[in-house]
Amino acid sequence: MPAVHFRGLAVRYTIQINGKAREVDADPQMPLLWVLRDLLDMKGTKFGCGKSFCGACTVHLNGAPARSCVMPISMVGTSSITTIEAIAGTPTGRAVQNAWLAVDVVQCGYCQAGQIMSASALLARNPKPRDTDIDKAMSGNICRCATYSRIRAAIKQAAGMPSADSRDTLV
Amino acid sequence: MKDESRRAFLRAGVAVGGGLLLEFSLPAVLNARANASGSPSTLNAFVQISNDGAVTIVSKNPEIGQGIKTMLPMLIAEELDVNWADVHIEQALSDPNKYGVQFAGGSRATPLNWEALRRVGAAGRQMLMSAAAQSWSVPVADCETASGKVVHVPTKRSLSYGHLASKAATLPTPDLAQVPLKDPKNFKIIGKSHPGVDSPLVVAGKPLFGIDVTVPGMLHAVFVKSPVFGGTALNANLDVIKSQPGVRDAFIVGGGPVFNGLVSGVAIVGTNWWLLDKARESLEVTWDEGATATQSTEAFAKQAVQLSGQAPATKVISEGDVTAALGTSARRLEAAYSYPFLSHATLEPQNCTAHFHDGKVEIWAPTQNPDAGRKIVAKTLGLNDADITIHMIRCGGGFGRRLMNDYMVEAAWISKQAGAPVKLLWNRQDDMQHDFYRPAGFHFFKAGLDATGKLQAFSDHFVSFGENGKAAPSADMNANEFPAKFVPHLELGISLMPLGVPTGPLRAPGSNGLAFVFQSFVDEIAHAASTDPLQYRIDLLGERRQVGAFDTGRMIDVLALVREKSGWGKRTPPKGSGMGVAFYYSHLGYFAEVVHATVGAGAKITVDKVWVAGDVGSQIINPTGAENQVQGAALDGIGEALGQAITLKDGRVVQSNFNDFLLLRMNQAPPVEVHFLKTDHPPTGLGEPALPPVIPALCNALFAATGVRIRSLPIDTKLFA
Repeated sequence: MPAVHFRGLAVRYTIQINGKAREVDADPQMPLLWVLRDLLDMKGTKFGCGKSFCGACTVHLNGAPARSCVMPISMVGTSSITTIEAIAGTPTGRAVQNAWLAVDVVQCGYCQAGQIMSASALLARNPKPRDTDIDKAMSGNICRCATYSRIRAAIKQAAGMPSADSRDTLV
Repeated sequence: MKDESRRAFLRAGVAVGGGLLLEFSLPAVLNARANASGSPSTLNAFVQISNDGAVTIVSKNPEIGQGIKTMLPMLIAEELDVNWADVHIEQALSDPNKYGVQFAGGSRATPLNWEALRRVGAAGRQMLMSAAAQSWSVPVADCETASGKVVHVPTKRSLSYGHLASKAATLPTPDLAQVPLKDPKNFKIIGKSHPGVDSPLVVAGKPLFGIDVTVPGMLHAVFVKSPVFGGTALNANLDVIKSQPGVRDAFIVGGGPVFNGLVSGVAIVGTNWWLLDKARESLEVTWDEGATATQSTEAFAKQAVQLSGQAPATKVISEGDVTAALGTSARRLEAAYSYPFLSHATLEPQNCTAHFHDGKVEIWAPTQNPDAGRKIVAKTLGLNDADITIHMIRCGGGFGRRLMNDYMVEAAWISKQAGAPVKLLWNRQDDMQHDFYRPAGFHFFKAGLDATGKLQAFSDHFVSFGENGKAAPSADMNANEFPAKFVPHLELGISLMPLGVPTGPLRAPGSNGLAFVFQSFVDEIAHAASTDPLQYRIDLLGERRQVGAFDTGRMIDVLALVREKSGWGKRTPPKGSGMGVAFYYSHLGYFAEVVHATVGAGAKITVDKVWVAGDVGSQIINPTGAENQVQGAALDGIGEALGQAITLKDGRVVQSNFNDFLLLRMNQAPPVEVHFLKTDHPPTGLGEPALPPVIPALCNALFAATGVRIRSLPIDTKLFA
């Protein structure tokens, strides 16, 4: 894809995405989300709200979840970015994707890239999360279809834990 | 319901049969193609089998997250008798001549296709058996099928479907109405859980959605509409906009005030969507805001109260003598209920890609109703239906929003004017402020009980929206609204307020508001009668019988099931906690639900758990998908009740994003236990009917927990302070 030039406003950036250095010419304010989607043609990271309320745009910055819709390209610097397209290359990412399929989480699927990015970051730093840990790590990601029960179960499956919901004392 | 299902099948059957005939009338062409290129043989509009036995099944309906792309092909594959693992599924184009009705709404795909698509599969199987019988020169009656092959039973010879496909495609069409169907006890695919066929692509982040579409030479577009509905753009600083980075063109679209078509606005077209969205910050438009620039939620609420003092403008149903019966009742209740406008808030904002060229337009649209979009585009651009090709792209949520195709005609119009393929994308604020909203509603109830607590009189004055005696879309109420026809003296009436806001169906339209008010007020009545609210409902349903389309026995049975599963009446919820129940019949589905909820410190609501009991007939086609839909619907309703309202001020929508229109989040989502009661009725749909009862069940639980009755949504936690 040819570089897009914006009449003198664009700045050349070299950013580290999925283990590769990528060069882009972009307005310094352009959010990483739109750099990924429209300049690098990586469509897996999704636009939902543009204001970091929904988490559909979640990527990893040095392994930590970040909302790419509010992260200007000029702030990315030398951080290592991982997107949904490469999350299968990480051990927790692969496990999370497999669990998502085994549990059959997906309804419309639009939020799921962001959910998987948040979940794999959670498991990378906390391999055996409690339900309260899951609440904390995942409540920034909206699922409009409300597949939350299955997201919770899939995270536990990926962690090799029993999938029962410890909050459910009314059995 | 059997008769209706039969009629629905025959209607669909005509179109399906037409598709089959179209394909079958060209066997020579298909064969020539197959022979020349080794390409697969087409058995009918839905089924292709290649020489190596790979089976391609076309899924005809839009996929919006309801799992239809998996479920409909399961029906065909079952009767075709193939291994699911050998099946490859392709999304159909929008082509009603070939595929019949292609539509995602009303939970109708199951009742419309349950029999029709199994017959399509069975017809394919019949042709493959005939081809084998001819090859062997044996009677077809001696042949059977077994997962992708035809077996000659007496000699145990077999031929694979792949081997037989080319020959089968030359054979005459079986009569769809006559092809034998399997005994359900022999189902191998139906009734087993099959994960979503596109889920591996979803979790890998593949470009599947409308927003991901890219076509060669494509430009991007934003379209800025009047903040007041029906407003018209008079002029704008287009020269300033055209000088912004990334902008190629900017122009005013005249449009018109018809909400579901092309409305007036300013289009900005260019090379990069984010730059266009930035450019619009410099946009200055002079709008003729029209007649509705003064409307507000507050004024509507006042007007509703005023109207409630008068008799309803229209009587929906009137039985017995309500006024007299209320006068003589031993106990009388009155309550005013209301619910707000709601936005659909699909997580994928509205978008569409269109390419107008040479008097034709090609469209890539996330849409629930492609053919309705085609008709709007044809009419607005002056084209014939045949000049419009629509690719149905996976929708990042539907919920009824994408039944409307306003974004489709916008993209087509902008592409024509820009002279290039264009991807139109709305930002979140556009999406929330230009919806077809679930209409707000105001209900003024009265009830009279006799000395034993039996409900003798019931009335509702529903103040809704509409004009000239016609309710706005999704703002109506009919004469079957329970407890209509279950109370000796009952009256339901409607008065309408004119509304300059587009309204439309939101998941379980009508029902999503009506269930809350009716099942909450019925709860008030049960408490006034000092009777267990679940048993009171069963008593109110009375004898097992058919009341119009409604089968009281089926509802009584799901109430009994949810009573058992939830431990209703056996648990003693701690202080601050309570359980509530509600039932609702919609979209042919019978649902009873119990919620356990707690109001804790700081008036914080915790929904502890939901139990759902549903009866959607004899067969759950894809159990994993079915459970997912029901859990999602229940949680969707809880989200609406806890945090959602669209309000109007100065004719404008106040809310603009997920910080002021709150969708349910992980930490609020309770466990949802789902139980299906299988009954001897044709299977019906699951996208919607589990939603309506959860809202009153939650509010009734909060009453049980605190003694505070919720009569207005979203739930105001200040009431618990």
